[in-house]
Parts: sequence; structure tokens; C-alpha cells
Amino acid sequence: MFRIVDKKELCEKIHRFRIEVPRLVEKAKAGQFVILRQHDRGERVPMSIGGLDKKNGLLTVVIQEVGKTSGSMNRMKTGDSFADVVGPLGMSSHVEKFGHCVCIGGGVGIPPIYPIAQALKEAGNQVTTIIGARSKSLLIYEEELTSASHRLLISTDDGSYGTHGFVTTVLQNLLDAGEKVDMVISIGPVPMMKAVVASTRLPKIKTFVSLNPIMVDGTGMCGACRVTVGGKTKFACVDGPDFDGHEVDFDEMTKRLKMYAKYEKIAYERFLHEGCRVADQIKQL
Amino acid sequence: MTDNEKNKPLEKKERMKIPRQKMPEQDAKERIRNFKEVPHGLTPELAMIEARRCLACPKPPCIGGCPVEVNIPEFIRLVTEGDFVAAARVIKRTNALPAICGRVCPQEEQCEKVCILTKKYNSVGIGNLERFVADFERERGEIEIPQLPPPTGKKVAIVGAGPAGLTVAADLAQMGHKVVIYEALHKAGGVLIYGIPEFRLPKAIVASEVDYLRKLGVEIYTSYVIGKLDTVDELFEQGFNAVFVGTGAGLPNFMQIDGENLNGIYSSNEFLTRSNLMAGYDFPNYDTPIFAGENVAVLGGGNTAMDSVRTSLRLGAMNAYIVYRRSRNEMPARKEEIHHAEQEGVQFMFLTNPIRYIGDDNGWVKGMECVKMELGEPDASGRRRPVEMKGSNFILPVDTVVVAVGNSSNPLIPQTTPGLKTNKWGNIEVDPKTQMTSRPGVFAGGDIVTGGATVILAAGAGKVAARAIHKYVMGIPFDEPAKEEAKVK
Ligand SMILES: Cc1cc2nc3c(=O)[nH]c(=O)nc-3n(C[C@H](O)[C@H](O)[C@H](O)COP(=O)(O)OP(=O)(O)OC[C@H]3O[C@@H](n4cnc5c(N)ncnc54)[C@H](O)[C@@H]3O)c2cc1C
Ligand SMILES: Cc1cc2nc3c(=O)[nH]c(=O)nc-3n(C[C@H](O)[C@H](O)[C@H](O)COP(=O)(O)OP(=O)(O)OC[C@H]3O[C@@H](n4cnc5c(N)ncnc54)[C@H](O)[C@@H]3O)c2cc1C
Ligand code: FES
Repeated sequence: MFRIVDKKELCEKIHRFRIEVPRLVEKAKAGQFVILRQHDRGERVPMSIGGLDKKNGLLTVVIQEVGKTSGSMNRMKTGDSFADVVGPLGMSSHVEKFGHCVCIGGGVGIPPIYPIAQALKEAGNQVTTIIGARSKSLLIYEEELTSASHRLLISTDDGSYGTHGFVTTVLQNLLDAGEKVDMVISIGPVPMMKAVVASTRLPKIKTFVSLNPIMVDGTGMCGACRVTVGGKTKFACVDGPDFDGHEVDFDEMTKRLKMYAKYEKIAYERFLHEGCRVADQIKQL
Repeated sequence: MTDNEKNKPLEKKERMKIPRQKMPEQDAKERIRNFKEVPHGLTPELAMIEARRCLACPKPPCIGGCPVEVNIPEFIRLVTEGDFVAAARVIKRTNALPAICGRVCPQEEQCEKVCILTKKYNSVGIGNLERFVADFERERGEIEIPQLPPPTGKKVAIVGAGPAGLTVAADLAQMGHKVVIYEALHKAGGVLIYGIPEFRLPKAIVASEVDYLRKLGVEIYTSYVIGKLDTVDELFEQGFNAVFVGTGAGLPNFMQIDGENLNGIYSSNEFLTRSNLMAGYDFPNYDTPIFAGENVAVLGGGNTAMDSVRTSLRLGAMNAYIVYRRSRNEMPARKEEIHHAEQEGVQFMFLTNPIRYIGDDNGWVKGMECVKMELGEPDASGRRRPVEMKGSNFILPVDTVVVAVGNSSNPLIPQTTPGLKTNKWGNIEVDPKTQMTSRPGVFAGGDIVTGGATVILAAGAGKVAARAIHKYVMGIPFDEPAKEEAKVK
């Protein structure tokens, strides 16, 4: 059992957990992920590492409620425990001296950008971070990223804070202003990553994206997390999660993420209004 | 039969007249609607009759047909006497997993194949009897925890809690060593827990055998991935005297054909893991969903394919096909499983090979283009090579495909353990006499060494490794018999 030492709502439907897993924290590197299971009937859900407190052995994950499992996890409290925390899984992000790095995060893709930005900065890079949200009240991790990067730029879809527009608007502004960018790493919703890759394709900037396909074991055993990269099938859990963004087949991934939509909807609805007749609904599928 | 008749010694001829006793089982129509075990198991009555068929050969071939050399005639004799618990303990002297092996061993290829009765009269139902006595012992709560020798002070780490790792653990614990198992998944058992379905091997049985290990003092850490959390070298740094690697062949093979990443196309590992380990068949009582549509094609002809196709029926498939590129004779699955699949209505398409998948606009598979095959000259495996028949293409409408064409070895341990030699298939190389790898003190066994094989071969490798590990940690040269060896049950 893995105890939640601290739990906080960052904004609507997004919660931050600090969990005691000393050995995992000792070994983990920026860009890796963990798999959580809340209880014995629970699903295994992958979550990015959103911070590592090596001194106290604490792992930070930030969970957005999108369905039953994430919803149920976000109702856990300080002092509760997860049945399983597996990891660190996946390869760590490419951290070397690139020069000027731009880290781009959106939604729950922002927290994992934090340890990566930190690591890139430590490796001697100039780090610009761009984060975005729909509106000011949904923006998370501003404070952390201010300290982890040389420059933090913000965008909101509704213009309530920072640049009015998307993270890609900010990126395009940088590029248009003639800034030299040596490497981009982008984590967030698929459409966002796809848009980032579109902006860096022509100027031929090395761009990494962190993929989040559906996973089960996270150790290369099941093949659920298959993604097509450069025309070849890769397993995101062991070959990734970071890949060369210019090579990724995002459309295929988008479709694969919808594979269980019918089931997920039923489970979520039942979770939200407990007691409805789920069995009947399943038969009707 | 009166008690008197039961106990009367039988003439050889009389014994041969008794027909092989049929295992009572769930009716096929009923069982494809549940995940309960298919065979009910022999009753004590049936078991005693079946046991009386054994001719008690003076030089019993069956023992040699068993990879772990269970004293078969001896345990069967105890069954004829009605001493089922004693019979179970005879098996356990050499096989720690009898309830499992009684269910899943390919007996018709092993002990039962060489039984003198096989040719003319059907062999003795050795597997069924093994299962019966193991169940009897467990259900009566008669499982005995042996007295353990004093601790040796040596520590052994085991990577992977499949049949190989579990066997090594049981043997070493009984030699007085401290044993710690590290398992990547959240439950111990390996393929027994994530691959083989509940209707063939109830998970409660695996759990009980794992529990037995805990009672022997074995520590088991689940959700612990070696190579990620600790490397093999770090285990030595932490004070382990030897490490056994039993990580299995858990890397799914795909066929590398067009459209393989469409929705609805699973590897058998994913399909079976969702159903077994995650209990997806009981969604939404359990949280992990699984999808099996109306027309399900399973590719392959092994046990994994049979398990997948039978699972798909239980999940509601209307048409469940086995698509296999050779003919029935070459199918590697156990006869019993093929037979059960047939009874359940599985449709077999032999000499058929998929060449491409066809998807709909939402990325779901809707069809599979296949070609017919014919058998040509024998290939390296000795089986006749299937060759495509030109122009025989046709499209099979499917909404779910399960690819069960074999597994390769997971590279995580070799990648993170410098100096560990592997062969061209990525399997770890060992000295077959000791199961020791190219790294002194690192032993390996089971599917990670042989490639996908069987439970009993994995357990057998585990036994060899346990003996060698014992010598290694105690500083006894490998070619010297160890005094303590006799104690290993
Ligand atoms: C490497 C990786 C890192 C991730 N990091 C984070 C993170 O830091 N914070 C966060 O909130 N989310 C993260 N996710 C996504 C998170 O795993 C899913 O949102 C979660 O599994 C949804 O579970 P659910 O039961 O609540 O929702 P469901 O109702 O089951 O599904 C809702 C949607 O979530 C996605 N999803 C469902 N199951 C999985 C799964 N097993 N793996 C991946 N996606 C799935 C699908 O798009 C699905 O349509 C990450 C995913 C991956 C693969
Ligand atoms: C669907 C299916 C049906 C089968 N049916 C039969 C049958 O009827 N009869 C039969 O005899 N055989 C059958 N087999 C084959 C048999 O199950 C295997 O040969 C046997 O399980 C191999 O045992 P093992 O201990 O080598 O590995 P496994 O059972 O594969 O166990 C390996 C374990 O190691 C763990 N692991 C892997 N990497 C790591 C790591 N880095 N750190 C920690 N843990 C790790 C895995 O999670 C797994 O639990 C079947 C196989 C399958 C897939
Ligand atoms: S999640 Fe199973 S192989 Fe990647």
C-alpha cells in the first residue's frame, strides 16, 4: 500500500498527489511514468511523473478526472493509499546539451514538463517553457515552472491570462521573431502535440512528444500501447513514451484512444450516479 | 461396487477391461455462458476405478515421460487404496504445483503417451488423477507445511513469479535459504494468472499455491519491475548471494501486416490479461473493459489461441474462428483444448493465412483478407511448410482479431544486466546442467531460456536451478553431490 502524504485540488477536476514511494523516487528520471491501481478491482492507469522529491521519497502525480478510475482516484484523501504504484516505467526524456530548449505543456501535460525542464536546465540548456489552459482558473504549475525555466510564457484560450490563443500561438510568435530554437518537447492533448509538430516541421526543429496511448501492463508484455512511429510499430511503454514528433501517426493514436469509449461512458455514468442499471446497458451495446 | 469388490486385487486382464473413466464436465451450451471451470473433476469413486486400470508395470515408462519424474505408479497405488492425501504428497515430493499441472500439462504428449495401455486401451488418466488428489488435499485443508531446516544465512532473489520462479522459491526455502520474489505484475503466478483462463485454471488454485510459498517464508514483492526499480547488479549489492531470472516469454509477436494497429486487433497477451488478470469479463464490477465483437478471428493454433477463442465465446462472440496456416495435424494445442473448443462451437479455418486488415472510417477492423495455403516440403521444424495458393484470396468479415502467433522474450533484464549472454532470439543462454548463465551467480530458467514452452518444463528448469543455486551459495562445487539435496521435496 502506498500512502498519500499530501493531496490538493489544483483546479476543477485536476488534483495533485504526493505519494510515499522512496525506492521508486530514488530511481525515477524525468519523462518516465508510473502505473497506479487504486484497489483490488481497479484498473491499472498510467500517470506521468509530475515531480520527484528525492529527499523525502515523495512522488508527485497530477490526475485529471476523465472517467471512472481517474474520478474515483481524485476522491481519495490525504492518508489514503493506492494498492499499487509500479515504476518507474518507460525511458527517460532525452536530456543533453541542445542549446535553447522550448518545453510546451498543456492540461495535465504540464506537470511532467516540470521535471524535464528542471533536468534540461541542469544540463546547461537555455529553457523556455510555454504552458496553456482554456482560462486562467484552469492553469496549473505556474509557480513550479517559473523556477524550473529561464523564461515562462503563458497562453489562455479565452485571453484571461497571458497571450490570447494556444501554446502554438506563442511558439509561432517566438519562431516568427526569429528566435533560434534547438529542441522542442511537448506534452499534452493529442491535438496540441500535433499542432506543435506542424509548427516545427518546416524549420526542421527536433521535436519530442510524449505519447499517452491506452496501456495495461506498461512493461512491453501486452502490446496495447502500440503506436506507429516512422512507419514502424512501437510500444509506447518501453520504446517511449517520448518519440520524434515528426514521425508519429497521431491520427491512428487518436482512434485507438477511443477504443473503449462505449464501455468507459457506462462505467463513468454508473460511477457518477451510482445505482443505475448497468448490466442492462451493457447488454444493449 | 461393494467395498469388498473394490479392494479385490484385479487380474491384469480385468484391469484392461475397465474403460478409461470420463471426466464429468459442464455441458458445452451452458459453459460458453460462464467462466467457471469446464471439467468438474473426478469423484473419489471414479478416481478409484480409474486408478485400478494402472497395470503397475515393473519398469514404469510413465515416470520417464514426466519432466519432473513424479512417481506415478506409487501415487496411483495410493489412490486405489483410497489414501488420497498420501497420494498427493507422493506427487509433491517432486512437483510443487500438482493442482496446476493436473489441469494444464500436455499429458497426452508426456506421461500418458508412454503408458503401456495407450495403444490399445487408452492410457490411464494420470493427469485427471493428479488433479483429483491435489484438489482433495487442498479442499480438505490437508496441505502440510514441511518442517524447515535451520536458516543458512544465504539470500536468493527471484525475478518473476511464474511456474519457474515459484518452483525455485519453494525448493530453496525448503533448503533453509532466505528467498525473495520480485514480480512485475500486481499478482504472482505469471502466465498461470494472466494468461490461462479461469475456466481452465481457477485463479484461486494459483493463489493457494502462492500462499503455500508465503507459508514457507518466501517474501513476495508484486508490482516490482527488476531492471527498472533494481537491476540484477543492485540485487547483489543489496546482499543477495544469487539471482534467478524467470521472466518468461512475455513479448507478443505480431505478423507485421497492413492494418494491424486498427481498433479491435489484440495480441493474445492483452486479450487474455484484460480478461484474466484484470477480470474484464466481470466489467463493470471490475474496472477494466474488454471488447469481443460478433465475429472474432483468432490467429494461431496453440494453447494461447484456444484460450483466446474460447474466451471470446464467453464474452459473447457469435462466430469465433481459429485461423491457422497449417492443417489440423500440425496444431500445437493440447488435444483436450481443441476438443473442448470444437464442442463449444469454434469454427476452424485450416490452411488459411491473413495478409491484410481492412478498417472502417473510425479505425475499427471490419474485415481480414486471407489466402488459402497448401502444405509443401517439410521445413526446419520438421513440419510441412505452408505455401500460399495463388488467387485464393477472400475476405472474412470480423470485428475483433486476436493475434496468437507466439511470444518472444522480454529484453528488459538482458538490456540492464551487463555480460548476460542471449541467443539470436533474445533467450538467455544457460548451462543446462545448472541453469547458470554467463554471469556467475545469475541463473535462469523457464520460457526466458527455452522460448514459449510448458508449465512443467519451466518447473523442471526451476528444480535444476534450485539445486545448483544451493551449491553455488554454499560453496559446493557443481560436480559434487550436495548432502542437503536429499532433503528437497
Ligand atoms: C504514459 C502516460 C502518462 C499519462 N499521464 C497522465 C497524467 O499525468 N495525468 C493524467 O490525468 N492522465 C495521464 N494519462 C492518461 C490517463 O492514464 C488516463 O486518463 C486514465 O487512464 C483514464 O482512466 P479512466 O478510467 O478515468 O478513464 P476512462 O473512462 O477509462 O477513459 C477516458 C479516456 O482516457 C484514456 N484512457 C483510458 N484508459 C487509459 C489507459 N489505461 N492508458 C491511457 N489512457 C487511457 C482514453 O483516451 C479514454 O477514452 C497518461 C497516460 C499515459 C499512457
Ligand atoms: C495463454 C497461454 C496458455 C498456455 N497453456 C498452457 C497449457 O495448457 N499447458 C502448459 O503446460 N503450458 C501452457 N502455456 C505455457 C506456459 O504457461 C509457460 O510455458 C509457463 O508459464 C512459463 O513459465 P515461466 O515461469 O518461465 O514464465 P511466466 O509464466 O511467463 O512468468 C514470468 C513472470 O515474470 C514476470 N516478469 C517478467 N519480467 C519481469 C521483471 N523484469 N521483473 C519482475 N518480474 C518480471 C512476469 O510478469 C511473469 O509473471 C500457456 C501459455 C499461454 C501464454
Ligand atoms: S502497455 Fe502493454 S505493452 Fe505497453
